[in-house]
Amino acid sequence: MAERAIDAATVPAAWSAQSRVLLAGDASGAALVLDEPLSFWGGVEPTTGQIIDHRHPQHGLNVTGRVLVMSAGRGSSSSSTVLAECLRAGTGPAAIVLLEADEILVVGGLVAQLLDGTAMPIVLLESSAHARISMGSVVAISSEGRVDVRKSQNRV
Amino acid sequence: MLSGAAGEALQMAMHLIVALARVNGARRLRPVSAAHIDGCLYHGPVGLDFAERLVAAGGRVAVPTTLNVSALDLLHPELIQLDAATRDRARQLMDAYVAMGCDPTWTCAPYQLPDRPRLGQHVAWAESNAIVFANSVLGARTGRYGDFIDICAALTGRVPDAGLHRTENRRARIVLRLDDGLAGSELADELYGVVGHVVGQESGGLVPAIVGLPGDTSEDQLKALSAAAASAGAVAMFHAVGVTPEAETLEQALGGRPPKREMTISRERLARAWGELSTTDGAGRLAAVSVGTPHLSMAELSRLDSLLDGKRVHQRIEMYASTGRRTLETPNGQALQDRLGRAGVKLVVDTCTYVTPVMRAPQGSTVMTDSAKWAWYAPGNLGVEVVYGSVTDCVRSAVAGRIIRERPAVLDG
Repeated sequence: MAERAIDAATVPAAWSAQSRVLLAGDASGAALVLDEPLSFWGGVEPTTGQIIDHRHPQHGLNVTGRVLVMSAGRGSSSSSTVLAECLRAGTGPAAIVLLEADEILVVGGLVAQLLDGTAMPIVLLESSAHARISMGSVVAISSEGRVDVRKSQNRV
Repeated sequence: MLSGAAGEALQMAMHLIVALARVNGARRLRPVSAAHIDGCLYHGPVGLDFAERLVAAGGRVAVPTTLNVSALDLLHPELIQLDAATRDRARQLMDAYVAMGCDPTWTCAPYQLPDRPRLGQHVAWAESNAIVFANSVLGARTGRYGDFIDICAALTGRVPDAGLHRTENRRARIVLRLDDGLAGSELADELYGVVGHVVGQESGGLVPAIVGLPGDTSEDQLKALSAAAASAGAVAMFHAVGVTPEAETLEQALGGRPPKREMTISRERLARAWGELSTTDGAGRLAAVSVGTPHLSMAELSRLDSLLDGKRVHQRIEMYASTGRRTLETPNGQALQDRLGRAGVKLVVDTCTYVTPVMRAPQGSTVMTDSAKWAWYAPGNLGVEVVYGSVTDCVRSAVAGRIIRERPAVLDG
C-alpha cells in the first residue's frame, strides 16, 4: 500500500491507457484497489456488495459502484454466479480491471449482460498502467477499452 | 449456432462458449462427448432465470449429461431446513436442467456412475473434485468448467480447444516427492486428503507430478486426494507416478521436459497440513459427524457398515453419510441403507451437508469429518468448528459421543 501511494504521487493528475477488452461496456467510478485477488464466491455478500472474506486484506470494504482493480480472480467457479447475482441486485462493481484474464468473472459478467442488459466492462491493463491506479482515483472505461484515470478531488 | 438459425438457446450458449474462447486464446472449438453440470445448485435468482430462459428457448443437451449436487435431498426431504420459497426455487432449478435432457444423477462423484469417461475422451465437466478426478485418474480431458459454461457446453457439444484438452498442457511442470520415509509405504486413508491439501497449496496453477504414492493406491484414496487438492488450490489435474494412466514413469508425466520446480513433501510439511485441516483440538463438545464429501462409493458405504459393526451412533450425535442415489438404488445399496439407518446414520443423497442446511449442529459447535474438502469449507459456510480424522475415528467418535482421534504415527516418524 505504501508503495502505491508513492507511485500515485509521481504520476500526472490525469492519464490514459489502452486496455484489452474481455467484456465491453462503458463505466466509471472510484477505484477500489485490492492487494490480493478476490473470490466472489465466499468473498462478496451479494445482497450488500461487501467483502466478507476474513482472510482478504480489504475485508469490510464494499465493491458496489467501484472500479475493482485487482491482479486476478481467484477460487471457485461459482464466482460466476455470485458476480451475476451482485449485478442483478445492483451491488456489483462498475467495472473490473485485471492483469490476468479470468474466465470465471467474464462468464458471470456476460450472463448478467445477456439476461439483464447490464454492461459491466472487464478489461486487462499491462502491469505498469495497472499499478498506477491508486485507491480512490476516478476511472472511466470506454466500450473500446480506453481507460481514463484522474485523481479524485475528494478522499474516498 | 451463433447466428440464431439453430434456435435461441443454442445461440445464447454458443455466444458464451465463443466469449470463453476469446478469453483463453483458443483458436478453434472442439467437440466433447459428455458433460457434467454444476449449475443445478441454487445460489439465487440469476441462475434460475438463466436455466429457465434456456428451457423456454427450447434448449436440449447434445451429449449425455449428468447433474451435480442440488440444494435438496429429494429422497429425504425432511432433512433440508430451507424456507418454503427457497426450496421451491431450488426445485424449479433442478426441474429446468432435467427438462433440458440432463440425467438426474445429483452427484458430485459422477466418476462412480457406470458410464464414466475413458482415457483420452474429451468431456466438459464442472465441479472441482470431479474435474481433477476425470483428468488425473481417468485420463479423460476436461477444462475447469463451472456455472453457466457447463450447460452451454452440453447444449452445443463444443468447448474452446484450450487448457487440459491439449496434450502439451497436460504434462507436469512441478514435481512433488514424498519424503523417503513416506514414499511407497502404506499410508493411512486420512493421509490422502492431507497429501492433497499440500499438493493444492504447493502447485499454484501448475500440473504437479506426485512421486512416492503406493502403486496400489485405490480410487477412493485418489478421490480424497483430488477433492483436497481442488479445494486448497487451483489444481485441475495431477499425475501420480506409477499410479495414474498418463504417468507410468516420471519422464512420461513430464513429457520429456524438465520441471519448473521440484520439492520434497516432508513429514513436517504433512504434519502441518494435517493440523491445518482442523480448527480445534477437539476438546469441545462433539455435535455431529459428517462423511461422504465427495459422495461415498459402494466400497466406502460397506466399510462404514463394517466399522459400525452393529453398534449405534450415540443419541446425542448426528451422523451424516452423503452418497449418490444411484449407489443406493442397487440391491447392495438398499441393504446397506437399511443397516446404516438402523445404526442411527442419516443417509443424505442429491446434495451435500456443507452446501445446504442439513445439519442441526449449532454455530460454534464441533463437527468431525474424514473429508479434507469438507474440513476446508464448512467452517466458513456453516460457522462450525471442525476436527479432521480417519473414517475409523469418525465412527468411534460418533458411537462414543465424544472425539476420539489418533494422530497418524507416520507424521512423527
